[in-house]
Amino acid sequence: MKGKNLKRLQRSLIAGVAAAGLTLSGCSVTGGGGGGDAGDGTGEINALFMKQAGYSEDDYKQIIADFEEENGGDITVNPTFVSYEALHDKIVTSAPAGTYDVVLIDVIWPAEFASKGIIADLGDKFPGAAEDELLSGVIPTAAYQDKFYGVPNGPSTKLFFYNEEMIAEVGATPEDLETWDGVLATAEKIKEAGISEYPIAWSWAQAEALICDYAQLLGAFDGEFTNDDGELIINNAQGVAALEWMKQTIDDGLTNPASTTFLEDDVSKALAQGETAFGLNWDSTMRDLQDPEISTIADAAGVLATPQGPSGARPGVNGAMAYSVTATSKNQDAAWEFIDYMTSEETQEEYVHSSQPSWKASYEKPEVIDVNPEVFAVSEEAYADSILRPAVPNYSTVSQIIQVELQNALLGKKTPQEALDDAVEAANAELED
Amino acid sequence: MKQHHNRRILGQALTYLAALIVAVGCIAPLGWLAIASISTQADIVAKPMRWWPSELHLDRYQEILFDPTSSVGASFRAAFMNSLVVGVATVVISMVVGIFGAYAFARLKFPFRRGFLVLFLTTYMLPQISLLIPLYMILNSLGMLDTTIGLILVDCSLVIPFTLWILSNYFMTVPADLEDAARIDGTSRLGALFRIILPSAKPGLFAAVMFAFLLAWDEFMYALIFTSSDASKTIPVAISEFAGRYTTDFGLVATGGVIAAIPPLVIALIFQRQIVSGLAAGAVKG
Amino acid sequence: MAVSTASAPRRKRRDSERRLAFWLLLPAILAVFGVILYPLGRTLLISLFEVTSAVAVDTPFVGLGNYIEALSANGFWGALGRTLYFTLVSTSIELVFGLGIAFLLNAKIRGRWILRALVVLPWAVPTIVNAAMWKGIYNAQYGALNGVLSHLGVIDSYQAWLSDPTTALNLVIIADAWKTTPLVAIFLLAGLTSIPSELTEAAKVDRAGAFRRFFSITLPLLLPSVALVLVLRTVEAVKVFDIIYAMTRGGPANGTQTISYYTYVTAFSEQNYGLGSAISFLVLIIILVLTTAYLRMLRRSEMSTL
Repeated sequence: MKGKNLKRLQRSLIAGVAAAGLTLSGCSVTGGGGGGDAGDGTGEINALFMKQAGYSEDDYKQIIADFEEENGGDITVNPTFVSYEALHDKIVTSAPAGTYDVVLIDVIWPAEFASKGIIADLGDKFPGAAEDELLSGVIPTAAYQDKFYGVPNGPSTKLFFYNEEMIAEVGATPEDLETWDGVLATAEKIKEAGISEYPIAWSWAQAEALICDYAQLLGAFDGEFTNDDGELIINNAQGVAALEWMKQTIDDGLTNPASTTFLEDDVSKALAQGETAFGLNWDSTMRDLQDPEISTIADAAGVLATPQGPSGARPGVNGAMAYSVTATSKNQDAAWEFIDYMTSEETQEEYVHSSQPSWKASYEKPEVIDVNPEVFAVSEEAYADSILRPAVPNYSTVSQIIQVELQNALLGKKTPQEALDDAVEAANAELED
Repeated sequence: MKQHHNRRILGQALTYLAALIVAVGCIAPLGWLAIASISTQADIVAKPMRWWPSELHLDRYQEILFDPTSSVGASFRAAFMNSLVVGVATVVISMVVGIFGAYAFARLKFPFRRGFLVLFLTTYMLPQISLLIPLYMILNSLGMLDTTIGLILVDCSLVIPFTLWILSNYFMTVPADLEDAARIDGTSRLGALFRIILPSAKPGLFAAVMFAFLLAWDEFMYALIFTSSDASKTIPVAISEFAGRYTTDFGLVATGGVIAAIPPLVIALIFQRQIVSGLAAGAVKG
Repeated sequence: MAVSTASAPRRKRRDSERRLAFWLLLPAILAVFGVILYPLGRTLLISLFEVTSAVAVDTPFVGLGNYIEALSANGFWGALGRTLYFTLVSTSIELVFGLGIAFLLNAKIRGRWILRALVVLPWAVPTIVNAAMWKGIYNAQYGALNGVLSHLGVIDSYQAWLSDPTTALNLVIIADAWKTTPLVAIFLLAGLTSIPSELTEAAKVDRAGAFRRFFSITLPLLLPSVALVLVLRTVEAVKVFDIIYAMTRGGPANGTQTISYYTYVTAFSEQNYGLGSAISFLVLIIILVLTTAYLRMLRRSEMSTL
């Protein structure tokens, strides 16, 4: 008893000393400078963007110039561009210092950033009417527990790209590619005809890209990541069927085995070089495939909504990104002004060559559709139904676990059932924490 | 006797063969990179592999080095200049600081001299990750985030232990008699350092300069986290972004890589004659 | 009385020497410890708290909880195992090849200076460029490794070299060793050139064979250099991060996730700073243990002055 008390005393002493150390040196353990501030709606704001295939750096610079001109120089914007790979960590490391006011976030981060107090709730700024005017698929992009933490920069999903010449050579038509069964049948013909050794390429490297491909197939097999209690359930019949299907395409020699090292760009390159006939990829890929300087199939690139699975479902994975205001920004009102301008119907339509708009009305305007007819033709269907990756605060941990286990199955180290059982067990243990 | 002779010739032949293999092993990967940088995309991905490009394709060099309208090129050129500024400043500061400190370690008697030097070297064992977030906060409160000055500051903390170590070991090998003679003639300690020790420690100085520059040019993690714009982003960060975004064209990654490797390669080639003797005299004796 | 007058100037000289040493070392102390000390203390502090966000305000004190959590996580031991494998294999490759190359560079052959210049080249290539280069060489679609091997008829079709966890780890090791072996060779060459030639000449006169000359004279005299290189390379191998970040990002199936990369993922991707800080201190302890073990081993054989 006495020893226990002593130990407790010791422990509280250590804690006390440590806490005293903290108060001396700042307000939190990490040394963060405390909360944000609305600011007076003017001044300079810092925005963190991504080097990407959609909105280019030049696009952003033009948008900023127009924005500054429109508000008469009251608000100036200082943009920074980093690679997608560096974006998450940049947002995290800069958070305590409040370096950035506006940050571009991926659809998988709102739960994490919101629950950890890195991005601000925009509920009072987001106009309620806008909800009806936006595409229904894009609204959940930056929502977490019924609150809005960001405005989507446009819808984005993976579409099915194909080589028109290759399928014509084996006498197939785009109608044959409406279902995954049809895709495999066509792929087999292409392989037999010796047109392509491996007709399908995927982005199955250990990365988020793998989860996106799996998500889309999971949807096609009528599965879901989580149940209503938020627990991972991909080891059920649908989840396993989707993974078995993936593995089978490798075993049958239809999928390029190097897919387990590919990211999206590698898939796009394999298509552009005419090495492969099919590939799932983001909607912004069309621009590269049609560019004769980097593509040998510029005239033969075709695109469809993702094929249907056995269930008849064909949801696209929601791959949108969103602009958020950081919780530690000292100029949140000005930051919002800028986001509001960037995501307006007018601005989005002006840059429709770079990214699809999020407003329903834009899809009715012929002058907008004309800019990118192939993608517009399939995108309404693709955006109508979407599958979300689990919206949990520790998503990146869960995602890492799933990536590793999916790869274990694809590389033949575990059966799909074993791999997914292990993934579910490990992920749910993380989710309970 | 004849057998002995034959064996020697065989030995010679094997030595030259080994030299040839080593030379090829050192050059081949770099050569492939250089060839990729001047090949068209079609040549790079050609199957079977092309040993030589079908046409000389210098567009990427043109874009990266000279094209004023290319944002890729502008970013790369900015990063190159930033790396030069950071590299040169880090070398100068680390050398000056290192020379003074190394003199103290090599020539002066003070308590815990040995332990102190070891303490400096121990800092090299720290994983950089363990310092990232608090350092970010410090640089932020000093307004040094995303500046080359901030980067120079943190890079010096990495490089100085090295220059201290190489230089102090070298200074110890300079005979004390020379300095003593000068001191008797009335030269001060610092005078002796500049007039006697430095001139006879040239190989050590060159070795230290080379180490310092290569370390600073190579540094990645601090630059990745502490820089973000063209104002301070360095070459390694720029290349890693290339590799992320432009994997569709490996040639561009190769071009960036070749240009990024040129300054350290030049330095290494200039100083390689000195470095062996610079290290031999002191450093490797610990 | 006489004693003290004699030692007074000596003491004065000693004091002035200490003062001078202090002022000469001050810039180095400020530049190194000024940058490191505060962050290090802060990280040590963080490792005792549960900190799950960079801006966390509610951070309960958990004592050694994070250390216990780290040591009981499978991920930690997996990453540690891979790191030790990486360290062992890469330092072995570097030592063996480095030693061979050092002898070659020391041999009396024509064009030796060209060879020396060539050997320095890989070392000068920046790590990130090296990583991008080897990633290209191993590429499944256009990599030179596939090109060369299929030219030679070793493989029928192009392989995805980086798709298997074990192969990927080994290939990353090769990429890393390619860049660092020259450095090792140069250090060892420096050691070789400082061995007085009279010693080996004398042994030759004694008709000692080449092997005996190597094992009884050259190697013992070279041991300090070997020890130095061993410490240097071990520290860097345990800390390896850049090349993993640029080549594989820890994949496939975590096969190349080393301890530093694991720390990075824990602290930044998963935002578990308390745990990440604790792991980084464990890494530091591992490095210290390894290096002192080396040094003690070598000191026991009285061959090192380090």
